[in-house]
Order: sequence, then C-alpha cells, then structure tokens
Amino acid sequence: MAKKIKFTDKTTKFLEKIMDLSGEQVTLCEQCGTCSGGCPFVEEMDINPSQIMRLVMLGQEEVMESQTMWLCASCYTCTIRCPRKLDLSKVSEALRQVKLREAVDNIDIAEIDAAEAVKLPTIALVGNFRKFTG
Amino acid sequence: MKIPYFPGCTMKTTAKNFEMSAIASAKKIGIEFVEIPRWNCCGVVSSLTSDDLMKHLAPVRNFLRVQEMNKAEAVSENRLLTLCSMCYNTLSLTNNRMKENADELQKINDFMHREDENYAGSVDVVHFLSILDEWGFDKLKIENPLKNLKVASYYGCMLLRPKEVGIDDPEAPQIMEKLVTAMGAESVEWDAKSRCCGSYHTVKNIDLVKKLVSGIINDARENGAEAIITSCPLCAFNLDVRQKEMAVKNSDFQTMPIFYFTQLLGIALGLEKSDLGLEFNAINPNEILKKYEKIKGAK
Ligand code: SF4
Ligand code: SF4
Repeated sequence: MAKKIKFTDKTTKFLEKIMDLSGEQVTLCEQCGTCSGGCPFVEEMDINPSQIMRLVMLGQEEVMESQTMWLCASCYTCTIRCPRKLDLSKVSEALRQVKLREAVDNIDIAEIDAAEAVKLPTIALVGNFRKFTG
Repeated sequence: MKIPYFPGCTMKTTAKNFEMSAIASAKKIGIEFVEIPRWNCCGVVSSLTSDDLMKHLAPVRNFLRVQEMNKAEAVSENRLLTLCSMCYNTLSLTNNRMKENADELQKINDFMHREDENYAGSVDVVHFLSILDEWGFDKLKIENPLKNLKVASYYGCMLLRPKEVGIDDPEAPQIMEKLVTAMGAESVEWDAKSRCCGSYHTVKNIDLVKKLVSGIINDARENGAEAIITSCPLCAFNLDVRQKEMAVKNSDFQTMPIFYFTQLLGIALGLEKSDLGLEFNAINPNEILKKYEKIKGAK
C-alpha cells in the first residue's frame, strides 16, 4: 500500500538529528542496496539497512521501532563497500543513542543468568552493555 | 625488541591461553612484551557518535602510559602492542580520531589534568600479527613444522575493518595465511574468513550467534580445513564454546578445533606444551595435534 509522506519540521529535525549524531551525510545514499546485500544480520532484520537509510533520509521516526539498529553489530562490512562511502555503523549507533539517551535500555542486565555470565569473555559483556544500555 | 603491551580484560580471563602462548612465542623469537602499568579497559567497542568524547578517554589514558614508559626508557618501542582484535580496533580508532582532531585531544587532556603530562598523539597501535609480518615470517625458526595440517584463517571484523585501521586488505587479507604457510601448515582459502561471528550478541541472542557460527564452521570444512585460527577472544569464544554447545545438542555435528594463532605458532616454534594453554580450548585439539608428536611435554 502506498504511503503518503509529508515533510514537516518534525521530519527535517529527525533527519538532522541523525546526521548530526552520526556525522554521516545520509542524504547522499543512492539506494544501491550494497549494504543490505552484504549484511550478515539482514535475514533477522525487520527493515533492511538500505531501507533504514531511506527512511532516515525522509525523516521517518518509525525507524526507532525497528530492531535493525539493535541487530547491527558494527561489523563494518557495509562501511567498506558503500559506493558513497557512507558509514551505516555510525547511523545505527546514532539511532541506538537516540533511544538510550532517553534512558530506555534495550536489555535488562538483571535478566542475564549470572551462572552463564561468568563464563562469558569480559569483552562480550562490556561490548553488550555499551551497545544496549545508556 | 621491548614493546609496550596492552593485554585488555579478556586476556586475563577466558583468553589466558592466547596470552600465555603469545608471550612465550614472542620470547622465543626475541620480542619482549612489557605490560603497561595501570592499564585500563579500552571500552571494547568504539563509540561511533560524533559527540560523546568521554568514551574515548579510556584508550587515551593507556597511550599516556606508553608515552611515560618511553620517557623512562623502559621499552624500545613507541608502539602499543595488542593481541585482542577488539582492543586493537577500539584503541586504533580512538588514536586516529585524536591524531586528526587537536581540539578533541585538548579537551581530553584538560579533563585528565591530574596526569603528569598531556598525550601528544605520538603513539601508534600495532597488532602482534603485523609485528610478526614486519619481523619476517620467513625468518621464524620453525622446529616442528605443522606438515599437512589444513588451517583456515579467521579474521572476523575487527582486524580488517574499517579500512583505516585494518591490518591488511579488508576484502582479500593474506597476513594470517602467510603465517600459516611459514609454520609449515597448509593454508585453506574460504569465503567466511571475514564474516561476523555475531560478536557481543552472544550474551542475549545465542541462537543468532550459533547460526552464524555454524555457517562459518561449515564453510571452513567444505573448503577442506581441519582447524581454524583466530586472534579475537570473542570470535574464539563464539566459534569454540558455542560450537561445542551445538555438538553436545546434536551428536551428528562434527566439531572443528579452534586455536589462537599463537598456539599453533608455539607448537611450530617448538615450545613446551605447558606454554600453550591448550587445556583451555573448548573443542579438544589433541586428536588433530597427535600427528605433531614433537610437541614438547606432550604425553
Ligand atoms: S551501500 Fe551506501 S549508497 Fe548503497 S544503499 Fe547502502 S548506504 Fe546507500
Ligand atoms: S555494520 Fe551493521 S548494517 Fe553494516 S553490515 Fe555490519 S551489521 Fe549490517
């Protein structure tokens, strides 16, 4: 179903916020799909990485409800392949930070099984907490 | 060569076998790792927003220690050596940002006003693989060649990407393969060598990690590998421990031993078995190592 998109101050503000936080000129994206094609997590994503770029470009805040930014593990595969030299790992980080800075964590540390946690490498835990908690 | 060494948190816990085999191998070659005093966690994952400078403080504090070690002539190198791929990546990204951004570096230095000196941005971060390459793989004294052992080199993400910090060509790396060949083993070419293992998702999304790990192991096997080497304690955990869990659940699953590259290097250099920490590997590596009877101290 076609969706009518209206540009308002709100859409512009959202786009600007993500461009500011990520430092990436999101509007340069040419929608080639290279990022989505090589992303190791794309099968799990509800919205694929190139679609995220398009939605951000259009200032659509609905991307905040997508799981994509939480799945993106900053593997930098798309970063080295994007023909526009855009860094999607930074865009994902910006989206995550918008949520985390509202003090909304994506994981509940209390839910992690302590007996399992002690077996994990320290870098797994610290990395996880840095990406999923504010 | 006396080089400042940043272990990072995991080298002291689940990756003890990496650290002990690396230090022993380096010693045999003539490289001394000098652990930097009062080091702190690098933060593991680099902060990727344009602000949030505070998250870059931790790496800079470690660089300052290297600067001081040089002043005190405690080391012969102004480079900071790491073993862990994640530390390597995070330290390098911050270091680049500081070198390119005098204003940001100034802010961090101002914040650390109780330190004796400012960080001047002069330290370089280097991975042990690059040091070995520079030393010359062909100059390694191989006492126990790993003849006929088919090895797949797994880079994962953090050694190669983004390009600015990668230790080799991000799409077609060869540095580990060169090491494999130098050790007398056979290097296997495969597709999954730089595919993400699922990283820190291993904390809460184990099924996702297992899916990625089985794809990586299958690709290695289809290309004829008998073992995989890595330099990342998180990749090692996912490939080794998560693989073992899959094998326990499914008896048809054929396991593949995972090594830190320094463990195989240690065997090839003729180190004692007690230097290699093989008992800490989850998938038992003894079966495949039986062929190399010369491993000192092995029964
Ligand atoms: S690879 Fe770059 S240009 Fe192509 S769709 Fe992705 S972000 Fe846009
Ligand atoms: S950086 Fe994120 S979006 Fe890009 S390929 Fe990796 S996981 Fe996918």
